[in-house]
Amino acid sequence: SWSWDRTSWQTYATNLSAFPAAQSEHLQQKMSENGALPLRGKVLTLDTMNANVKKVDYAVRGPIVQRAVQIEKELKEGVKKPFEEVIKANIGDAHAMGQRPITFFRQVMALCTYPQLLDDNKFPEDAKNRARRILQSCGGNSIGAYTTSQGIDCVRHDVANYIQRRDGGIPSDPDNIYLTTGASDGIVTILKLLTTGEGRTRTGVMISIPQYPLYSASIAELGAVQINYYLNEEKCWSLDISELQRSLQAAREHCNPCVLCIINPGNPTGQVQSRQCIEDVIRFAAKENLFLMADEVYQDNVYAEGCAFHSFKKVLFEMGPEYSSKVELASFHSTSKCYMGECGFRGGYMEVMNMDPEVKAQLTKLVSVRLCPPAPGQALMDLVVNSPQPGEPSYQTFMKERTAVLSALAEKAKLTEEILNTVPGISCNPVQGAMYSFPRITLPERSINEAKAKGQAPDMFYCMKLLEETGICLVPGSGFGQREGTYHFRMTILPPTDKLKIMLNKLKEFHQKFTQQYS
Amino acid sequence: MGASWSVQDFRQTGVTQSGPGAFFLFCFWKTWRPSVEKYGQMRFLTAEAKVSAGRLNGKMREKTLTMDTLNPQVKAVEYAVRGPIVIKAGEIEKYLEEGGTKPFSEVIKANIGDAHAMGQQPITFLRQVVALCTFPELMDSPSFPEDAKWRARRILQGCGGHSLGSYSASPGVECIRKDIAAYIEQRDEGVPSDWENIYLTTGASDGIMTILRLLVSGKDSSRTGVMIPIPQYPLYSAAISEMDAVQVNYYLDEDNCWALDINELYRAYQAAKLHCQPKVICIINPGNPTGQVQSKKCIEEVLHFAYEENLFVMSDEVYQDNVYTPDCQFHSFKKVLYEMGPEYFNSVELASFHSTSKGYTGECGFRGGYMEVINMDPEVKAQLVKLLSVRLCPPLAGQAAMDVIVNPPQPDEHSYKQFHQEKSSVLGALADKAKLTEQILNAVPGIKCNPVQGAMYAFPRIFIPPKAVEEAKALGMQPDMFYCLRLLEETGICVVPGSGFGQKDGTYHFRMTILPSIEKLKVLLGKVRDFHISFLKEYSALE
Repeated sequence: SWSWDRTSWQTYATNLSAFPAAQSEHLQQKMSENGALPLRGKVLTLDTMNANVKKVDYAVRGPIVQRAVQIEKELKEGVKKPFEEVIKANIGDAHAMGQRPITFFRQVMALCTYPQLLDDNKFPEDAKNRARRILQSCGGNSIGAYTTSQGIDCVRHDVANYIQRRDGGIPSDPDNIYLTTGASDGIVTILKLLTTGEGRTRTGVMISIPQYPLYSASIAELGAVQINYYLNEEKCWSLDISELQRSLQAAREHCNPCVLCIINPGNPTGQVQSRQCIEDVIRFAAKENLFLMADEVYQDNVYAEGCAFHSFKKVLFEMGPEYSSKVELASFHSTSKCYMGECGFRGGYMEVMNMDPEVKAQLTKLVSVRLCPPAPGQALMDLVVNSPQPGEPSYQTFMKERTAVLSALAEKAKLTEEILNTVPGISCNPVQGAMYSFPRITLPERSINEAKAKGQAPDMFYCMKLLEETGICLVPGSGFGQREGTYHFRMTILPPTDKLKIMLNKLKEFHQKFTQQYS
Repeated sequence: MGASWSVQDFRQTGVTQSGPGAFFLFCFWKTWRPSVEKYGQMRFLTAEAKVSAGRLNGKMREKTLTMDTLNPQVKAVEYAVRGPIVIKAGEIEKYLEEGGTKPFSEVIKANIGDAHAMGQQPITFLRQVVALCTFPELMDSPSFPEDAKWRARRILQGCGGHSLGSYSASPGVECIRKDIAAYIEQRDEGVPSDWENIYLTTGASDGIMTILRLLVSGKDSSRTGVMIPIPQYPLYSAAISEMDAVQVNYYLDEDNCWALDINELYRAYQAAKLHCQPKVICIINPGNPTGQVQSKKCIEEVLHFAYEENLFVMSDEVYQDNVYTPDCQFHSFKKVLYEMGPEYFNSVELASFHSTSKGYTGECGFRGGYMEVINMDPEVKAQLVKLLSVRLCPPLAGQAAMDVIVNPPQPDEHSYKQFHQEKSSVLGALADKAKLTEQILNAVPGIKCNPVQGAMYAFPRIFIPPKAVEEAKALGMQPDMFYCLRLLEETGICVVPGSGFGQKDGTYHFRMTILPSIEKLKVLLGKVRDFHISFLKEYSALE
């Protein structure tokens, strides 16, 4: 772990400790009045707390984002800056970047929340039908009731039907569907089941580098062993089977690798995996007895021509019963990405295949402790998998809205790649899918030394400067992992096109200036 | 749940029926209790099982994830409130829906504090605000009151892109945190609350787990010990198992209305110190499943104890609005701590929890909640924020619902009258049902029920005849589990056995909610009475 992590968090902590200042002053006064009271030591300190939690890093909301929030506050308070607003391109939060919600989804959600609206003739019949159906399967016909821990029955059925349609008829069993609190929740839950052993038998989890830091964070929290396999930047961040083999072999020396995580389309790297590559991965997992976790939350976000989304499930089944009846696979989806971008509802599901039935009972038990995923998120997930069909009154508006979002994203993906690649010292792979570009940046030696002297990762140093000077908030590549000696940042392509252009041009200027300054 | 509890699968086990219903119970129990036997004897009728049966002649690939390789801490988790008995109830419900016949026409789920599922109506104002937040086009609708619109606008202004669909900051929407702090200050008659100490959560459970996660560390005799009441709400024992912490039981005094006895705390603490490092004390007030409301004096004693022994205090106060007995009153730990003076208020580390799921709103599905954390080391607080950020944020709709609860209509506002009326009608009915439950249960020979001073449950003690205890033990089952399964099979009433919450050895209880409507509750209690009497007769005759 980088030393800057600790420093930055400690800086943040020091800032935090300034807040209860009034309170401690009050204490000091009282104390002097009463004479010296023995100050009782804290039970919970950095020294006594859970050591695994300390190891957790989550750059997407890390120190740089904390600083961005602070700058926003300063701007509000009238502090002069070389920019007027902070642009948060750190996180895939579409609505925060101005994307409008899909009308139909929100109509149904409002109907579920306040069923008196079912009498309102301003709401279309197809929205009402869906709301009625969802409510009928809620306890007391209320979205305020707990659902079963696995999720509302009819929603799970709809999810299974959706998967079956998506995968060209390959059967999906509602019993294998678990609704989750966003995809993150499902991923952490499956990892929790899998983590066991001590020392050399401790569970190893293979993750791509660069990765989405939820994975490294969960691995740290669970005390599992992180096994890195590197994506090939020169080949559009593609996954190389020999690299999988290499990293597995190396890991077997010190842990028990039993899980392989894949993010497709890639986060932060935006590549879309080819069908062939998926087949190879599945064959590898089968051969090496690995549990497969397929993070497919960007399945509707594919932009590049010649690229298509292939689900692991579908490829698995097309490979024949030899594979489809044995490889253990969990795949994850969410309401937060794609064309709807409904992050705040924390909706999601996972489908588990070939899981040992006894383990499945344990999974159901484990999720029951948290009672259930939020019912509104479940309802929204239902709408995503059961959207308006041709012939229904809302179909046209729905399709128009959906297409508008997806084609704007495709355009922005292209634009981002093009503009970034015009900057000397920045090189950006095509954004084939997902919502991010992850360009490589060349940093002058002097800036690297200065960063290191400050105990910061060089790309963190770069991103902090960028934030201070332009108001653009990005996440340094070091938060996702990268080959040693290379530097990157992740930026979302979500701002509206005109804003995105401004942002990219500011970035261009900054990079040139930065390069000059440190050369 | 892929398991099928079909009796057929067990025929070959060769168990003979030793008592009424015992055969069914045995089968069911064995299915739930996962055995270590391998796939050869797989008795789950899921798709996978069929697939594996079809390829038995081929080479069988060992699964990566089996009962042997599963995280042992997950295996150790137990959560009775949604345990085997509830799964069984769900199956009976399905069976009835599909036209099956039973000696009853419906399953009454009195196992969980799920008010809406029991027919309680949502508070209109809360739903109006959340609907407006969800579909802001409704701001133009004349059928929504201004006070609801005003609140919705305010919440949306605190959301990114003015949408409930954006992520919030990980500790929650800022204006909601401020509203919560203001609410706490008002509730605690001016005791200051800093909004930076407030964290929105995904239901109270999420907050409780998070704080425990921070606290659990060490190995062997330095492993964190967590003091919990017995009986307890099984979230605590489940979380402790999952994190591999050490559970330290302190027993509530059943003969004294489930009161907390400070001597018992000392006893438990001293005993635990020999094998672990007790660092946390958890209190549930009003009590779940026990329904007692703690006196102010008792809270002072607990806080003093925590101060003396250097314990982190977790106070689960999700039932703070559910106090029914006129001589009882809710006192927040925070307020009592303040009143004990600065040496306490500025040093005892306290996290208190609240939720949208209970009180008079009963909005369980929204998974809203918050925690207030005071005196936490600032560096640890930064770690807490970091940990929360990995899960991004609590659901926004739940945060909005929480906001309405802490910022309800005021007397001068348009919606006040209706809101107030709905609120008092829910709380009034709950108070009636608490009384009624206690009275009817206490009229049954062999059942003894403490007053339900607060919360939503009765936790009566039941007498189980020795013959029934023997039979249960022969089935490898807790006697009260045996009792509750019989009750479910014969009457359709689903309650949770006391063994799922913990109880003194040799005593038996069950937890039932008081949430069904008065009419239904009367029928339910009547059925419980009849069942209990016939159960006693049946097993006394065997003596």
